[in-house]
Amino acid sequence: MMSILKDAWIIASKDLSNEIKTKQTIGMMVIFSSLVVLIFSFAFDPTNNMVKAVIPGLVWLITVFSGILGLNRSFLSEHENDALTGLRSAPIDPSSIYLGKVLANFLLVTAVQLVSIPVLFLLFDYRFFGKISWFFLVVVIGTLGFIIVGTFLAALSANAKNSEMLLPVLLLPLLSPLMIAAVQATRIVLENETIGDAVSWLRLMSAYDLLFLAACFFLFEFIMEGS
Amino acid sequence: MKELGNMLELRNMTKTLGDKLVLRNITLTLEKGEILAVIGPNGAGKSTFFKCTVGLLQPTSGEIYLNGKLVKKNSAEMKQRIGFLGHESFLYNNLSPLENLKFYGKLYKVKDLETKANELLKEVGLYLFRDIPIRSFSRGMMQRLAIARVLLPDPEILMLDEPHTGLDQEAVALLNTIILKKRESGTSILIISHDFEQVQALADRAAVLRKGKIVSAKRLGGEVSMAELKQWYEAEVKGT
Amino acid sequence: MKKTSGMIDRLLFYTLVPSFFIALYLIFIWSPVEKVMGETQKIFYFHVGSAWVAFLAFGVVGYYSVRVLIKPRIQHHINAGISAEIGVLFTTITLITGMIWGKSSWNTWWTWEPRLATTLILWFIYVAYLFVRKMDGSNEKIARLSAVFGIVGVINVPIVFMAIRWWNTKLHPVVFGEGKNQSGGGIEPDMLVALLFSVFTITLLYIFLMRKGIEIEKMRHIVKKAKSKAIEKLAG
Repeated sequence: MMSILKDAWIIASKDLSNEIKTKQTIGMMVIFSSLVVLIFSFAFDPTNNMVKAVIPGLVWLITVFSGILGLNRSFLSEHENDALTGLRSAPIDPSSIYLGKVLANFLLVTAVQLVSIPVLFLLFDYRFFGKISWFFLVVVIGTLGFIIVGTFLAALSANAKNSEMLLPVLLLPLLSPLMIAAVQATRIVLENETIGDAVSWLRLMSAYDLLFLAACFFLFEFIMEGS
Repeated sequence: MKELGNMLELRNMTKTLGDKLVLRNITLTLEKGEILAVIGPNGAGKSTFFKCTVGLLQPTSGEIYLNGKLVKKNSAEMKQRIGFLGHESFLYNNLSPLENLKFYGKLYKVKDLETKANELLKEVGLYLFRDIPIRSFSRGMMQRLAIARVLLPDPEILMLDEPHTGLDQEAVALLNTIILKKRESGTSILIISHDFEQVQALADRAAVLRKGKIVSAKRLGGEVSMAELKQWYEAEVKGT
Repeated sequence: MKKTSGMIDRLLFYTLVPSFFIALYLIFIWSPVEKVMGETQKIFYFHVGSAWVAFLAFGVVGYYSVRVLIKPRIQHHINAGISAEIGVLFTTITLITGMIWGKSSWNTWWTWEPRLATTLILWFIYVAYLFVRKMDGSNEKIARLSAVFGIVGVINVPIVFMAIRWWNTKLHPVVFGEGKNQSGGGIEPDMLVALLFSVFTITLLYIFLMRKGIEIEKMRHIVKKAKSKAIEKLAG
């Protein structure tokens, strides 16, 4: 188990250092999510008071939309020079490839959120009243679930020629329970309602994360088996 | 070559892909310090044969023995000891040669990685380019780096899938010196090739794969002439 | 073997046709008209039946997906695919009848009633599953990848249901009182008989379609094999 984590970290740090060097994917993701915010501020007039109601949804919309861009890249880049086969012929457990990719994608999307969520609050002139620590918790658990399922399906759809189109079609229906929970929890936290309600949503999200982490961890081997 | 024991032994290996029988009952041994060439026409199942041996595909039936020990499914130990040079280089275009080697070296748990990677880069003649992303490399340079990647963990068995394709004379000569040097140090080498010239120059033994079957094997050892080799191959492929 | 399979098919067909007429009779003539809803309540019998088959079919997809991963056989792969295709059909019927029901009882085409919303997401998962099956690659690989997606999809369905149920606890037309604070309106015994019979008939229809679909798909595979063999021969 320790060696799986170690190998996962080696793979993740390869991806991350690569990203730090080129800044291609992360740049695109930041710009794209800012553009989504911009388009939404045209769609719903930000001066309108009603718009506060859509903020929790927007937090997750920009996360998912920009995240899908990064997820698409994460396995397609391994298909260059067929490096994935190189990884598979290396003496590592296939699950460590999955964990490594989850880790790298999670850090990538979190980095994007660090920019895009403040931009969202700024452009919509949203004054933050809730507890910041709870907000962080909700965002982290929700993003983690998104990445767990997203990385798995990115690996699956990378086998197709039209993988960029296939990934959202596969991913979004599976994300629906997580998104419902995440948006509700975010709304409760942002509007400073009773935290108790948010906790039950958080529980649902954690259960989703754990369940799919276990399932994907186990099933990833079948995706990697090549022919 | 004297018999020094079997390094790798395949027994009755069969693989079906869908409904097609790609490999039928392949039984083959690779001795220690031997160069064995597997030749055959397109679609004979050479790549599948390789993938099954490396462990990228699970054979439908049959056993693989490494050093006389039965290899289990997805064995990391097996992968550790095999160096697999495929069609593609398995390298990352955004990383420099040194970074590529270091990444794979970490996965293979290579000790003393830094010095070893640098030594190998000198050996394949890429030391000067060690910090340039390999995106701009030519096919020959890529292949040299791919060879360095394969040699990094000191594999006991080298599996080379058509290693000479697309290389210029100089690179071929370099590759052959490395292969022969490795053989001297006791590494067993399995080559898939179309290139009769290289097979004749390198291999101790050749086996013909036709329609998923090993139809014949012949000892070469540099004594068999080119014409003789070709004649034998053609006769075997036609199935007479 | 072939003979008994044909027998079963014929037997199924000859039970299916009269059951359908009986079901129609029970639904439209025999069972009483509901007081509040009136005639539109009749759609309920089809709605429940096809909803049950929609979820059953997805369960079957999950079952055969697991079997594909345990022992990769083309038969399991075919079964899962046919079940998914029939599932899409019944999910669509469920959605349409559900919308008609919603229009007449709550005067809105769509409500986020948990079961209906879950069915909608189920429909999307089904379609995504069929997209995975349409990927290009070797049969073996497609079988494995689609099985993996099928399993993940099946795991997802109950969570979707739970999440939507928590999210929206407003409109709950629970007919059979179940769960806490969900005291349904209850159902008359005559209606129950008609309902059970129509569920039975639609399940029978599913089994019949399954068998026919599998047969056709098998033929398709045989033709494909013969074709590739012929090509191989011609190419030498």
